[in-house]
Amino acid sequence: MTPIIEVEGLWTQFGDHVVHKDLNLTVQAGEVVSLVGGSGSGKTTLMRQMLGLEQPARGSVRVFGIPLHDSDSGTLKKIRKRWGVLFQGGALYSALSVYDNIALPLRELRAFDDDFVHDMVMLKLDMVDIERSHAHKMPSDLSGGMVKRIALARALALEPELIFLDEPTAGLDPDRSESFVKLIQSLRHKLNLTVIIVTHDLDTLVSLSDKIAVLADQRVIVYGSLQEAITVKHPFVINFFLGERGLRALSAVGESIKLNQT
Amino acid sequence: MPQAPTAPVQHPEVHEIRGADGACTVELTGAWDIRALEARARNLQLRLSEAARAGVRWDLSRVQRMDHIGALLIWRAWARRRPTQLAFAPGIEVFFDKFDAPGVGAQAQSAADMLALVRMLGARMLRGLDHAAGMVQLLGQVLIDSMALLRRPARGPWREISANLYRVGAQAMGVTALVGMLIGIVLSYLSSEQLKAVGANALIVNILGIGIIRELGPVITAVLVAGRSGSSITAQLGVMRVTEELDALSVMGIPHTVRLILPKIIALAIALPLLILWTSGIALVGGSIAASHELGISMHSFLSSLPVAVPTINLWLGLGKGVVFGALIALTACHYGLRVQPNTESLGIGTTNSVVTSITVVIIADAIFAVMFADVGISLQ
Repeated sequence: MTPIIEVEGLWTQFGDHVVHKDLNLTVQAGEVVSLVGGSGSGKTTLMRQMLGLEQPARGSVRVFGIPLHDSDSGTLKKIRKRWGVLFQGGALYSALSVYDNIALPLRELRAFDDDFVHDMVMLKLDMVDIERSHAHKMPSDLSGGMVKRIALARALALEPELIFLDEPTAGLDPDRSESFVKLIQSLRHKLNLTVIIVTHDLDTLVSLSDKIAVLADQRVIVYGSLQEAITVKHPFVINFFLGERGLRALSAVGESIKLNQT
Repeated sequence: MPQAPTAPVQHPEVHEIRGADGACTVELTGAWDIRALEARARNLQLRLSEAARAGVRWDLSRVQRMDHIGALLIWRAWARRRPTQLAFAPGIEVFFDKFDAPGVGAQAQSAADMLALVRMLGARMLRGLDHAAGMVQLLGQVLIDSMALLRRPARGPWREISANLYRVGAQAMGVTALVGMLIGIVLSYLSSEQLKAVGANALIVNILGIGIIRELGPVITAVLVAGRSGSSITAQLGVMRVTEELDALSVMGIPHTVRLILPKIIALAIALPLLILWTSGIALVGGSIAASHELGISMHSFLSSLPVAVPTINLWLGLGKGVVFGALIALTACHYGLRVQPNTESLGIGTTNSVVTSITVVIIADAIFAVMFADVGISLQ
């Protein structure tokens, strides 16, 4: 089966500053992959390159087996209907109501009538546990947690196979971020999604991801399960996972993960 | 999404099969997901509603793929109720779960407002008054702040003023020069045609001198600056509102009237008269070129007869207008910038309103000047 995402020999440069140096990453269907790394390690840049928003200096990015950077616009449009993106700040269109935000991608298809779109929007609101009475509010009247949920509903509007989450729990209180993680978990199993997550939050990372890609030294230093990731002796890994906060998050997952501290 | 890994994915189809016992079975096959439905939704909707009759058996066991879009399409054909005889393929039932909850399809429609027109008119008038009050308030705040500044001039926002002066003044010289030159040439050309007919060639100096220095120079420059700098001021303050930078200033105890608004007002009040001088000068040069071409009045004699034809008070009047117009444009632009709501649409509307209002305000102010100084500097000598 063709992998959902294939990044090969990717180089990113901002002026003289090299962010990625010959980076490789493959994501298979149905996997939940988290990208972690220190600030400036190019997590978000890598995600933007996977989305075709930025052009790498060298190398190729293939999504659904189609190269992103030299496909014609028609092919790209087809790919873009098959993925959903949750931006960090939600990126809801501030001029449109919640309803119109979610309805926009559906209307854009021009295949369904208004009644159908209405039912679909209500269904998506149910899926992300937002009350229907909020449908006619404007994004500026909503709390951060609600904006994230509605942005997720919008990302799911076209029934994507692949979904990108940029810091899905950043800016949410612990309670809300936990329920958001649960929401993503349940949707992921129900809809059989492939998920790429960029995150700093250890709890999100531990509870959601099947695989972790650690970005450091301009490449992916580890790509594997949490168990595999934490056994690597790299200063970033040691600081991130085996620091005080990291150990706390790991111990919450239980015995299944053996820490070999030395 | 359950799918046989070997069988190729087929288009969604609706089959009606009449069984041996006379019972009708509707069988759905193929992929009922968004990718397949996108192009066929209307057609399938029709087929489904034709097939949906009371008492038919629904067989969904050969559906290869399903998602919420497909499920909703089928659910609507079922008139939002599960049929009694129903078979699912493994794993697709989950897409129908959410529909069983009550309320899918409940439409919320607001009643039509009979008095909408009256309401709109009233709201508009109130909004206009509100803007006027807001602008007066802003002006008051700026005056109070500048009083405080006069007491301690060292703490003034001099750096901001100089930066603004460069942006609204020096950088606008190109476009104002071009427009001034063209206006001068056109005005001179048209006037000389008329003057030639009555043989009053020498009056071209009076017409261009009074017209440009007193009226056209200030107004044209103000309109250009309102479009150029007014919009950018509104957009800048508006974006600062959207990104909460204004709030960040407030909580640091830095009043934005001093740091942001006062420098803009001062900079425009200084820059606009200078730009007017520059534009009027260029326009006069353009006018004299056209005059020498059309009427044979040399540039030297044009410029030397200018001080005689145009009393110096007109120049001061033009510069005075510049100070007032500049302050008005900056005040209007800042007012609309601060009123921007944190959303993108409001930013666009605010910028448009700012430019339209500042141009209107400039022209109104110009009319007031014209009435006030009706007997100053235009008596023919």
